[in-house]
Amino acid sequence: MPEVLKAPLVVEFPFTRSLGPVQSAFLTGLRERVVLGVRTTDDRTLVPPVEYDPVTAEELRDLVEVAPTGTVTTWAWNHEPRRGQPLDTPFAWVLVRLDGADTALLHALDAPGPDAVHTGLRVRVRWAQERTGAITDIACFEPYDGDPAQPGGHSGRFEDMVTGIVAPARLDYTYSPGRAQSAYINALADRRNVGERCPSCRKVYVPPRGACPTCGVATSEQVEVGPHGTVTTFCIVNIKAKNLDIEVPYVYGHIALDGAGLALHGRIAGIPYDQVRMGLRVEPVWTEGARFPDHYRPTGEPDADYDTYRELL
Amino acid sequence: MTREIAVVAFAQTDHQRTSDDRSEVEMLMPVLHEVLDRTGLKTADIGFTCSGSSDYLAGRAFSFTLALDGVGAWPPISESHVEMDGAWALYEAWTKLLTGDADTALVYAYGKSSPGSLRDVLTRQLDPYYVAPLWPDSIALAALQAQALIDAGETDEPELATIAARSRATDNPHAQLRGPVPQGDYRVRPLRTGDCPPIGDGAAAVILAAGDRARDLCARPAWIRGIDHRIEAHSLGVRDLTDSPSTRLAAEKAGAFERPVDTAELHAPFTAQEVVLRKALRLDDSVRVNPSGGALAANPVMAAGLIRIGEAADRIHLGESDRALGHATSGPCLQQNLVAVLEGDPR
Ligand SMILES: [Zn+2]
Repeated sequence: MPEVLKAPLVVEFPFTRSLGPVQSAFLTGLRERVVLGVRTTDDRTLVPPVEYDPVTAEELRDLVEVAPTGTVTTWAWNHEPRRGQPLDTPFAWVLVRLDGADTALLHALDAPGPDAVHTGLRVRVRWAQERTGAITDIACFEPYDGDPAQPGGHSGRFEDMVTGIVAPARLDYTYSPGRAQSAYINALADRRNVGERCPSCRKVYVPPRGACPTCGVATSEQVEVGPHGTVTTFCIVNIKAKNLDIEVPYVYGHIALDGAGLALHGRIAGIPYDQVRMGLRVEPVWTEGARFPDHYRPTGEPDADYDTYRELL
Repeated sequence: MTREIAVVAFAQTDHQRTSDDRSEVEMLMPVLHEVLDRTGLKTADIGFTCSGSSDYLAGRAFSFTLALDGVGAWPPISESHVEMDGAWALYEAWTKLLTGDADTALVYAYGKSSPGSLRDVLTRQLDPYYVAPLWPDSIALAALQAQALIDAGETDEPELATIAARSRATDNPHAQLRGPVPQGDYRVRPLRTGDCPPIGDGAAAVILAAGDRARDLCARPAWIRGIDHRIEAHSLGVRDLTDSPSTRLAAEKAGAFERPVDTAELHAPFTAQEVVLRKALRLDDSVRVNPSGGALAANPVMAAGLIRIGEAADRIHLGESDRALGHATSGPCLQQNLVAVLEGDPR
């Protein structure tokens, strides 16, 4: 078996999220160095605040200011900070119950080492230099041996409320396509199209994914298909995609390579877009160094008879 | 009269650190064939198919649709998917069978954790406003729970090491970690390497059947006497991390407390979580807990909970248990919990 193919795959997305009235007030408050909680009907104060009571599901809107000082309720020493975490030096994860709150907030605690941390430790907020209205406006907590700070009685109404956050996320993967697709991609490097035949229904899948979706069994027998094929259906693309270096209009089609049991996708060129038709015989055009055909062009053969590809539509 | 529904077959892969020579469907398909072979059923005989998996593990949208190739989804089948552990897919299939819409169901789940960094990937299931922007990883959150238990005097590090050692002293041939495994250094204190589950790839499948159909397909069906799942507040600071009221409530609703169980398969990815679950489920030393090794021996994410129910059912199939409990969890610090109570016919 040839070497397993691998490639980096980065999934990155800036999630833009809107805030309801409670989250908006809380995050705007952080921007202004004010910590807000929300009061429940049984007079508990939840920090961070939520819009609905986790016990009764009642809507909550009664914002109250709490102190930026508090007590650690549990902790965990993180000696190897990971990307995106609040501090890049060893720190403690902490749940902190702020003075005036009945629930705890998760954040980081900057401390010299695990021996300096314990449940019950008094801490205070260390504000970020630049604050935008996000949980990261709290840079972290730090140990604090003074008196509880007195909250200012803020109403939760600010000018210029934060109404949304952008939460960027990035995850890194090493993608492996598996046995069947590796064989397909390796064959493409030699400009060959290799499918796999289902041992049960004899259909040839290209690209192969390792299984016949009709029979639910592994496909195994490799079959070379093409290089010529037949256009089974197509569409004319009139809108230019971002970062795509192809003039519109162009034609995107389904192409049944000779010997294949289903059609694959490809761009059709080398012919005016309005002359592409079902049954057109085409062949792949490779460009230097490419790992897959750039497009398909007419071979000049007579059009295929409809009956030869009707099952592949 | 409600229908009697049973787990009649169970299969799982050998769980491994990596399976980069196989795609998801290539990893899953042998398990599907094995579980069908156990019953003699073919794909066309299955009334309902339901699966559990996560796009965030695969790093691709709608990744479960590719796995469907291994089921034989043409001509069209009745199918559903949960973006969760397969135990919740089993719950959906169970309700489908209860309605009488189907007599048999295939439930499968799979997870390939190896392509990504699981600790980071799992941060994306957290509250996106207050928590996820801080990227607290799965071990960190479990460590907060462990410290809370230690502070409450409910466990200590030596007891956690005992749970780790007992779990991996299993003879389960599918387990990723077996035999003596050093506790190792702190990953996030107070949790050491040994307190954490292995990261790995794997898949599992079960077949459910109703009434006489179950008796036809299995010599000793594992009847689902009750199944229930409950969830707790998503904010960690609202919860008492030393307890699991959602597990207790799910167990009560599933009938777990009506009579003692002899076996319990608990989905506790971290040692300290077994302490919480034993208390919530009122399991004393007379109950065999995790003879399979549990999630500390193999933790294919999205399949590990379904495997607990499958392992519990298999003890009944083999006559080693008469009344077994299967538990699955999802989310940080045991946020969501499912409990199934399984029984064999009297002997
Ligand atoms: Zn086939």
